[in-house]
Amino acid sequence: MAFVKRYLIPRLISYILVIFLGITAVFFIPRFTPSDPVHRTIAQLMSRGTYLDPASMEAMVEDLQELYGLEGSLLQQYGAFWKRTFTGDFGVSFFQFPTPVSELIRTALPWTAGLLLWTTMLSWVFGNIVGALAGYFSRSRWSKALDTLAMVVRPLPYYIFAFALLILFAFVVRWFPIAGGTAIGRLPAFTWTYIWDVLWHAFLPALSLVVLGGAIWFQTMKLIVQNVNAEDFVQYAKLGGVREGRIVSRYIMRNAMLPQITGLALSLGQILSGALITEIVFSYPGVGTLLFNAITSGDYNLIMGITALSILGVTTAILVIDLLYPLFDPRVRFR
Amino acid sequence: MTDKARNVVLRTEQLKTFYILDAFGCEKVVKAVNGVDLEILGNEVYSIAGESGCGKTTLLKALYAAVEPPLRVMEGKVFYARKGDELDVYALSKEQKRRLRWDHISYVPQGSMSVLNPVARLRNSYRDFLESHSDGKTRKDFLRIARRHLDELGLPSKVLNAYPHQLSGGMRQRVTIALAALLGPRIMIADEPTTALDVVVQRGVIQLLKGIQETLQNTIIMVTHDMGVHANVADRIGIMYAGKMIEEAIADRIFGQPLHPYTQYLINSLPRFGDKTMRQSAPGSPPSLADLPDGCPFHPRCPQVMQRCREEMPRMKTMPGKHRVACWLVEGGVNERIA
Amino acid sequence: MRVLRDLFKDYRFALSFLVLWFLLIMAVLSAFSPYDPLIWFHGPPNLKPSVTYFLGTSAKGQDIFWQATYAVRNSLIISVIAGAVSRVFAVLVGMIAGYRGRGTDRVLMFFTDTLLVMPLFLIIVMLALLVRERMTLVNLGLLLAFFGWAWDARVIRSQILSLREREFTKTAVLSGTGTLKLVLKEYLPFATPLIFSTLINNMAWAIGMEMTLAILGLTDINIPTLGTMLHWAISKQALFLGQWNWLLTPVVLSVLLFIALYWLSVSISEYLDPRTRVQRVGGK
Repeated sequence: MAFVKRYLIPRLISYILVIFLGITAVFFIPRFTPSDPVHRTIAQLMSRGTYLDPASMEAMVEDLQELYGLEGSLLQQYGAFWKRTFTGDFGVSFFQFPTPVSELIRTALPWTAGLLLWTTMLSWVFGNIVGALAGYFSRSRWSKALDTLAMVVRPLPYYIFAFALLILFAFVVRWFPIAGGTAIGRLPAFTWTYIWDVLWHAFLPALSLVVLGGAIWFQTMKLIVQNVNAEDFVQYAKLGGVREGRIVSRYIMRNAMLPQITGLALSLGQILSGALITEIVFSYPGVGTLLFNAITSGDYNLIMGITALSILGVTTAILVIDLLYPLFDPRVRFR
Repeated sequence: MTDKARNVVLRTEQLKTFYILDAFGCEKVVKAVNGVDLEILGNEVYSIAGESGCGKTTLLKALYAAVEPPLRVMEGKVFYARKGDELDVYALSKEQKRRLRWDHISYVPQGSMSVLNPVARLRNSYRDFLESHSDGKTRKDFLRIARRHLDELGLPSKVLNAYPHQLSGGMRQRVTIALAALLGPRIMIADEPTTALDVVVQRGVIQLLKGIQETLQNTIIMVTHDMGVHANVADRIGIMYAGKMIEEAIADRIFGQPLHPYTQYLINSLPRFGDKTMRQSAPGSPPSLADLPDGCPFHPRCPQVMQRCREEMPRMKTMPGKHRVACWLVEGGVNERIA
Repeated sequence: MRVLRDLFKDYRFALSFLVLWFLLIMAVLSAFSPYDPLIWFHGPPNLKPSVTYFLGTSAKGQDIFWQATYAVRNSLIISVIAGAVSRVFAVLVGMIAGYRGRGTDRVLMFFTDTLLVMPLFLIIVMLALLVRERMTLVNLGLLLAFFGWAWDARVIRSQILSLREREFTKTAVLSGTGTLKLVLKEYLPFATPLIFSTLINNMAWAIGMEMTLAILGLTDINIPTLGTMLHWAISKQALFLGQWNWLLTPVVLSVLLFIALYWLSVSISEYLDPRTRVQRVGGK
């Protein structure tokens, strides 16, 4: 019971508080800025050459206010915004008028989840295994070579790295498609051709994510393993002649994994924001591209919807990992 | 016990182990163990005394053949007596050395705070050590062996279900010592086994060690800077200074008639009943092992220093009663305490 | 001085030090530029590198070399503003949380953690979208500063926590030293190298954010920065026109800058962390 009180309840409380603060921020940021989205929208429409007579202008203002949830006092708007968040109704999109935001996100989400979820996991597994080996054999030549490579790759801005990959493998040598999630006009079907096509299109974006992401996991894991390796309990097991395989798996990996689990939660949560650049560079039809279109067309409902969803995603991912964490670390479980 | 039954179980010849450090381009040599000859017998507690930084712990590592860079064996040999043979330890392969550990020689660590895997229950730690040294047993067998072992030592076997952080410091140290005795090794090496503990717990730990030694009839080589502990458990005591053994004798002689001026300081620094004079300790501090003075390393602090001490290191000389000492005062018969 | 000498023995430190000097000189050169960076077509468009136009000209008819000096200068200005201002937040929050502990610590760390788990990038995008018209260098720097302190506040806090455990704190507290004086006199000197290393990381982060925002067109794209230079090169199809000199100038400069900042921070933090330092001193 002490565990519930000391561990579970504080985390649940902070989960709820963080969501509360985040959604509140998403609500207030646009309202505290001097520009009025309704008039901006109308101005944008007019600048595109649409003529509006005063009557239809008036009607449009009202419509837009309703769509943007700008009716009534600030408090009423705030209440309504929460209701909308919980029902998943973020109003209609402006850039693909009048498709609801929720529907746009629903269509785009599988692409993003499919690409980023497994690349995040893959780079975590891959970076941690290679990093652990490099950390354990830190005196070997290959470990030092990999470390130097990671020192160069890691600081590269993702945008430039991804762009360079695209130019190299889709423009100079044309091994991979230059854009899209599938070949143009191909309909979703559960066939090998379709799956192969999806994988083929996903390869370059996935590669860019796995290499850069993996380099970060590699470096952190290598450092952690080097430090764990110097810990007394590892040294003592070595003095005790415990078999090396067992030392690596039960002593080093088991302990070095702990901080990386928390790291995985944080990076899983950042998937939606991370998707933006990847999907722009590779013209991938996911939430990132959707967001990019929303940004360029000033589609506020869509941005708010994606941001709110992202907040829910991050906090939930962290909560889940926090709740699973005691399974891995007995020091948290028993005290 | 006669001297005949006490055969040599561990022997070193002019052992030299140095730390070779490369600190930003310039090489630095720390002479932690600088030519040590030892003969350690079966069924005895041999304890090594000296100030911190005199190379005690490094000597233990070298005896245990756990020498890893930057520490290196420069010269000399270490022999273990095993089944009638003498093994040159540093000539063995890594796997051969691994097999000797725990089975023949085990190690009790300095502090037990963090020597046990924090994410494993103790029964799993025990199993790791057992399983690595014996084949063909099941999980149940290991658990039974561990439980019986703890029972015999008078420790509660239910601690096997606990994680290290759930135990008190004293219990953790006792469980760790029990772990070191698990396979009945012929030699146990203990590095400051009582340092981190409070006085009451210290006594329990010392009794446990002593009890194990009496049951197993084996050898304990112990390092501690606590002269009280030496007085309690040691059969023989070796005094170490700046990487060298400077005096060695049975405990009574070291406490009763120390020959080396440094040993005299160590003994005089002990509080005694009824004696209210100020305790005297050696003036100055021990030399840096990276920058030793010429001659006898103790000469800058020695109250009876002679010209010869500054030029030449005296060799170990065996006095009557197997009392060995390396000092020019003894060599020349100058020391009035012998006379 | 000894510290610097030791650091220079690390080739990464020496290299990145050189690169940063090179970029700094470039930024200073912008003061001597013969062209106004805001004016288009002060020369013919799309020229290859030549004697007159050292790195050629862009499709906008601007001299790429002189444009790049402005870009480096402005990117550095943004990162310095973001880095310096966010250091104030990070140091204050980290030190107060670390020193006061208990309730204060819990409240401050709750806000810090909240900021850490927020999709900050999206929120910055939202804000940038709204104030795009007034996105000057200073405003952008401040915006990034406001969001970029949370992680470093945590790092500084844990440093203070470990300092608090040391003897001298107890001595100072028992001898009646005031909190502020204690923090400023006793802790700050110890935390300074750490603060410096977080500053470098933060500057790199700010430059990266600026580039991303600029590529999305969310900053004032008329002000030359590394990000807006890339933005123009891409949107004017420099790649397909074969204008490699235009595209590669911001790419190479920013890659140099990122690697230099990263190596600088790695070599400093390795120097600071005794554990990795021992590994580096190591045996032979």
